[in-house]
Amino acid sequence: MSAESPVAHQFEDATQQREAATLGMWVFLATEVLFFGAMFLGYTVYRLKYPEVFRLASEHTIIVIGTINTGILLLSSFTMVLAVRAAEYKRRLALITFLCITALFGIAFLVLKGFEYTQEIHEGLFPGSHFQFTEADPYTARMFFYLYFLMTGVHALHVTIGVIMLGIFALRAMLTLKLERLSTAVDLLGLYWHFVDIVWVFLFPLIYLVDRHS
Amino acid sequence: MNSIKPYVMVTGALFVLLVITVSAAYVNLGALNTPVAMLISLSKASLIVLFFMHVRHSNPLIHIFVLVGFFWLGIMLTLSLSDFLTRHP
Repeated sequence: MSAESPVAHQFEDATQQREAATLGMWVFLATEVLFFGAMFLGYTVYRLKYPEVFRLASEHTIIVIGTINTGILLLSSFTMVLAVRAAEYKRRLALITFLCITALFGIAFLVLKGFEYTQEIHEGLFPGSHFQFTEADPYTARMFFYLYFLMTGVHALHVTIGVIMLGIFALRAMLTLKLERLSTAVDLLGLYWHFVDIVWVFLFPLIYLVDRHS
Repeated sequence: MNSIKPYVMVTGALFVLLVITVSAAYVNLGALNTPVAMLISLSKASLIVLFFMHVRHSNPLIHIFVLVGFFWLGIMLTLSLSDFLTRHP
């Protein structure tokens, strides 16, 4: 951090301030780990109880979209890292560019996910009053789709918040005169974005890749 | 200015792991399919945490907070599953 960086009065120097901010972000991410963890636990319990129904239900998700979306999120993490680096070296144009590219990847993810949701709702797989599933006990299959829409929905909400934040940060990067004020904040947004990527890394095999071989 | 080469290599590794995990799902490994998929996901997550989230170069306090977050998750999964897996109908 450069000397002209503003340090709040409770901190000794800019390094300590930055470390405190990073630590705070990790505390938030730990609560997020437990928040998503509870849903993963629910999934595990039902999957262990009804493995065959989960396999049949999983075949109805669109694996091509799931795989492309995983690739999109991995690429977006790469561009996010480049944005954090650009902020660190105070390269304004690179920062704005990489923030926008990351946001566009996020939007692409959401559009593809929305397309998949539409297909599935059209097939009657949304666990509402029009739910229909003929290959297995519909009440059990409903549980898979309940967990599927809940977990991917909450994840998509996180992506949406991330995209909005990326947009706000791109605007701030355009308007601010002191770019060093933005560096720590971009770093923290990066941590959030990578965390959302990690959640998807675990969701992808559990939802799309349930014993595809049989 | 440090090089972006490590980031490019990690991204490449993540894509290799993505291809492996999708291919592995179409191979019949019996009961091992899901554990293998979870192991690959764990490797991907570790790469992201260590390199992209800069935990590799963070101070020990950050390391403790990261580990504690996952440790609590471990408690939740272990205690709950030890109940569900040992229940008699």
